[in-house]
Amino acid sequence: MLDQPTNERRLTIARAMAEAMQQEMQRDPRVFVMGEDIAGFGGIFGNTRGLFEKFGKERVRDTPISETGFISAAVGAAMDGMRPVVELMFVDFFGVCFDAIYNQMAKNAYFSGGNASVPMVLMTSTGGGYSDAGQHSQCLYGTFAHLPGMKVVSPSNAYDAKGLMTAAIRDDNPVVYMYHKQLQGMGWLGTEPGATLNTPQEGYTVEIGKAKVVRAGSDVTLVGLAMGVHNALKAADKLAEEGVNAEVIDLVSLVPLDRETVINSVAKTGRLIVIDEDYHSYGVSGEIIATVTEHDVSKLKASPARVTFPDVPIPYAKHMEQFCLPNPDKIIAAYRKM
Amino acid sequence: MQPTKEQSLWMYENMVVSRRFEEAIEKAYLEGKTPAFNMANGPIPGEMHLSNGQEPVAVGVCAHLNADDIVTATHRPHHQAIAKGVDLKRMAAEIFGKSTGLSGGRGGHMHLIDPAVNFSCSGIIGESCGPACGAALSRTIQNKPGVAVAFLGEGAANQGAFHEALNLAGTWKLPVVFVIEDNSWGISVPKAEATAVIRNDVRAAGYGMPGHYVPGNDPHAIFDVAGEAIARARKGEGPTLIEAETYRLAGHFMGDAEQYRPKGEKDALFAKDPIPKMRERLLAEGCTATELDEIEQRADSLVADAITFARESDYAPESDALTAVFV
Repeated sequence: MLDQPTNERRLTIARAMAEAMQQEMQRDPRVFVMGEDIAGFGGIFGNTRGLFEKFGKERVRDTPISETGFISAAVGAAMDGMRPVVELMFVDFFGVCFDAIYNQMAKNAYFSGGNASVPMVLMTSTGGGYSDAGQHSQCLYGTFAHLPGMKVVSPSNAYDAKGLMTAAIRDDNPVVYMYHKQLQGMGWLGTEPGATLNTPQEGYTVEIGKAKVVRAGSDVTLVGLAMGVHNALKAADKLAEEGVNAEVIDLVSLVPLDRETVINSVAKTGRLIVIDEDYHSYGVSGEIIATVTEHDVSKLKASPARVTFPDVPIPYAKHMEQFCLPNPDKIIAAYRKM
Repeated sequence: MQPTKEQSLWMYENMVVSRRFEEAIEKAYLEGKTPAFNMANGPIPGEMHLSNGQEPVAVGVCAHLNADDIVTATHRPHHQAIAKGVDLKRMAAEIFGKSTGLSGGRGGHMHLIDPAVNFSCSGIIGESCGPACGAALSRTIQNKPGVAVAFLGEGAANQGAFHEALNLAGTWKLPVVFVIEDNSWGISVPKAEATAVIRNDVRAAGYGMPGHYVPGNDPHAIFDVAGEAIARARKGEGPTLIEAETYRLAGHFMGDAEQYRPKGEKDALFAKDPIPKMRERLLAEGCTATELDEIEQRADSLVADAITFARESDYAPESDALTAVFV
């Protein structure tokens, strides 16, 4: 990745998201963006930069700090034929507005027997690692993916970030677009270099519901999403030094979940480690392991393992938070125990 | 603003259709639920929130709306749906859980969605307000005609969703009208014990919009106030909050023993039943008994046809439960 040709456009996830929204807004007058500080400020995490200057305040709207109000308004606008992209600044804030999300956004298509649709994107930041404590650092992937009626995606790099945003806006269903703060490319949050990738200028989509094998291997399957993919890739590099060939899967999408790609990989490697920055219990890691064991437990050469956030609120102190977060060393340790 | 004769008769007809429809639903609901009441039994299972007595608000408001306008309604939605023009047969079939229902039986009586007339409702208190703002915003951005009306109960005016939506509507001057049906009871808790103000219309001042209170459960008075509010919204002059006094002649849901009601309250409310009152008024204004009888007969047959359609429709295959999660 360090040897990319100089004519490539290396974008951060933040810029890739903004570019996708800009192109879709140009292409489709029904698309508009609203949320807190997303207009002139360009989004706390940079993902709406430039939109306000280009499209003005009618289509790029700062909202009051009223998540219930503006997210349920997005539902109403979507049902009236618009394609809102609405931002929940931190996923942790879902607690003040979840009815709009899981009882309205996610259920109205079903309650209409498919006669009505709610084509909206709810983009929201996830993840910690920068000592923002327990109300601004959660991932909550499992919480959203658990509830039926909304697609859930989370990109690990800028290429996917742009293609997923384009696909999400064009999707006729509600899509929860979860972007990890430490992958955004905002220097002040710390930046994962592997997330900044060559990103084509022209619009394109990345399929929602399709996982990617981002590193091929034969000895163990490492499954993750967002930051988990980067931890898995780093672990895979270290394992390779010992002659262990790890396959890394980027789930990309939680709903729909590409179970087949995971099953096929484990059929080959016989070993499974799931990396998830969300809480340990009742979440994505358990779902992935269940997927594999339900399908054919005989393919496993060892008990599956998971490297996750323990079931505690995210602590503030740096050493305590880092102690809890998944990292490459924990993945390697999990492999060694197999 | 006073209704024309045609509008008055339209309001009367829709009130009668709504009442007759609910009487028919009530009867069907009780089938299979005796001797021991079990909500899950009978051709209409689940909770049933009847709106009889509250018809004046729905018709007084919806008399000013056309199919392009948006209504978001509540867990007690029948009168509002009927006044907005939701197809009665498909609505009845939905309540019976049949394949011909609005959603084929996936939503039921609290989740009636009919895109053909821009009607939807939610079983969650206060959650009609935000979507109405969004629909109104949609029309503003697209520069398309149409206003949105959010119906809610007086209990919902204590929900955060209501206050957030009013602030949003006031800030963005959206073409939306919030209509509170004040039936004075939040299930079993009286308004006075749950609300810091006597009348919710005063809360409009906090959100930069006019507020009006309409006493008397009077369709003509509601028509007047709603007409001004809707005209104001259509002219781009922003939102309005209306609280209208109304009467819940039934319990919160069917099976509610209503022991919380003061003795005599129900009798007094039935004595003020808005439907006979409106008939008297129309007669006094020169309508003939024959004309009103015809309206009532038409309502009877419309309702009978809808109930027959619902009963005779098939259930969808049970595996349909697994479809339409996504479009």
